[in-house]
Amino acid sequence: MPHASDHIVELVVFTSLFLLVSVMGFAAARWRRAESLDHLDEWGLGGRNFGTWVTWFLLGGDLYTAYTFVAVPALVFSSGAIGFYAVPYTILIYPLAFLVMTRLWSVSYRHGYVTPADFVRGRFGSPTLALLVAITGIVATMPYIALQLIGIEAVLKVMGVTGHLPIIIAFLILAVYTYSSGLRAPALIAFVKDTLIYLVIIVAVIVIPYKLGGWGVIFGSAEQALGQTNPNTGAPRGSILLNANNQLQYVTLALGSALALFLYPHSLTSVLAARSRDTIKKNMSALPAYSFLLGLIALLGYMAIAAGVKPLGKDTNTIVPSLFDQMFPDWFAGVAYAAIGIGALVPASIMSIAAANLFTRNVYKEYLKRDATPAQEAGVSKITSLVVKVGAVAVILFLDPQFAIDLQLIGGVLILQTLPSVALGVYTRWLHPWALSTGLVAGLAVGIGMLYQIPNPNNGKDHFGGSAYKLSLAGFDSDKQIYVGFVAVLANLIVTVLLTLVLRRAGAPELPDATQAGDFTVERAPEAPPPAASGAPATLAGD
Amino acid sequence: MSSSEPPEEPHRGHSDASHWNWFLLIPIVIPLSTPLFNHDGPRLFDFPLFYWLQLAFVLLGVGCTALVYTKTKRRD
Repeated sequence: MPHASDHIVELVVFTSLFLLVSVMGFAAARWRRAESLDHLDEWGLGGRNFGTWVTWFLLGGDLYTAYTFVAVPALVFSSGAIGFYAVPYTILIYPLAFLVMTRLWSVSYRHGYVTPADFVRGRFGSPTLALLVAITGIVATMPYIALQLIGIEAVLKVMGVTGHLPIIIAFLILAVYTYSSGLRAPALIAFVKDTLIYLVIIVAVIVIPYKLGGWGVIFGSAEQALGQTNPNTGAPRGSILLNANNQLQYVTLALGSALALFLYPHSLTSVLAARSRDTIKKNMSALPAYSFLLGLIALLGYMAIAAGVKPLGKDTNTIVPSLFDQMFPDWFAGVAYAAIGIGALVPASIMSIAAANLFTRNVYKEYLKRDATPAQEAGVSKITSLVVKVGAVAVILFLDPQFAIDLQLIGGVLILQTLPSVALGVYTRWLHPWALSTGLVAGLAVGIGMLYQIPNPNNGKDHFGGSAYKLSLAGFDSDKQIYVGFVAVLANLIVTVLLTLVLRRAGAPELPDATQAGDFTVERAPEAPPPAASGAPATLAGD
Repeated sequence: MSSSEPPEEPHRGHSDASHWNWFLLIPIVIPLSTPLFNHDGPRLFDFPLFYWLQLAFVLLGVGCTALVYTKTKRRD
């Protein structure tokens, strides 16, 4: 095992950069200063006023998390081509979001919605459906926050830092500046995070292949290593191309994950913080730069194979930090670790804000205190964001970290079940809210039931061993695999549509729709148009 | 919808339907067509086709969204 005394330079660089962003986190409260942070639009959405660049960094920092940066190459390291699903996944998400998220931005801007459940509440008029969407969102987000801690822990482990105290301190600092600065903190820190990540990866894909003898050598040793038989399954560990059985999984995993990503409440938080509809549209062409980066990051898994990196213990999440340790001079390895560490702080902060907003708007205001003032809402959200982070630390401290990984796996499947009400809801309200609620619950049941059936031969677990469902488990005569979330959301849709037909025929009551067709394409009016330019009002009436 | 809205509120009520939106289907369908790229060759800079072509699809995605953005941009 590594010892901290051998990693002094790395630790100093890591700690310095960590302290720098902590200071920025606190200073962010003064950035683009608002009159008061005592309003959810200010604390939770940064004033709904971020321009194209800030949004690019914020969404990039939000969607491409530290866990992604360690887990995707770890999957490529252990299984090969299937891990590259991250690339198609993060390509096809943007054309989808180009259509759906712009409409969601407009309707939320028009009506002051802060969470996806706010939209569902207004659109379908059903508090029950909104509550289901909110709870699904909170439950799916919590383990995602815990996973960010695993990203930091992987880095600390390689530097020989053991024990939980450093993680507790890091999260404490994060919790306090998120409390005081709100969404402005991760938005400002995202600049540092993404600059460091781009720097580190560009250096890595030039220096490491050069040291290892070129890309041909890297793919060659990966092919050879993955071709070896896995003693737990009797089959090859993986391969650098897809085989007959995992192509369906590759496609459904990429599509399902893409649909899920923008349904996560924290994605919508960053989207709603943008100042205009145009900002979102522009970013859908600019954000794929991160996807290209993620593709290169995925290939770090093969570089680790070629460099003969061995994971610490059984934790394959340590292979990327170990590779950096082996390949980079100490000071630059320190920079790389800081990139991963800070990469964990940005999404963790946004996720806790998103979960807190869901609780405030869709539980507290809806069920506990209907006449809550904006200041009370902001206050409740701030406290809840602290509670959420303490919960995430507790998961890591008191439960097996593997538990967080399992929960996250489930989380993706869960959040996908809000697709009919949120993503289809921006286009149609033909689906009846009672049917949507039933479909959501049915989708959750199917998803969790399927995940329960999946064993993992590598760690001897009988249940929740992954998200790749062998069709043979359902009695089909086939070894093909499919992504659970995809099947679950199909079940959800079928139930929702059939039940809607039944309810309509039975004459079930229509619930009120607070939105109008035009609300979905509203653009923010220019703040201060030249008086002669047009007679348009400076801001929307009623906003 | 747009036709029924008073002209002094140009920022409200434009429909976002457009034939250009069909171009968004390209970067959704092609990256999911595994038979297209699940091959080792031809290699580019020693990268198997599977890897370099999928990385190239990123550019395809950027191109299509940028095209639709430009063509559907409002002129008000």
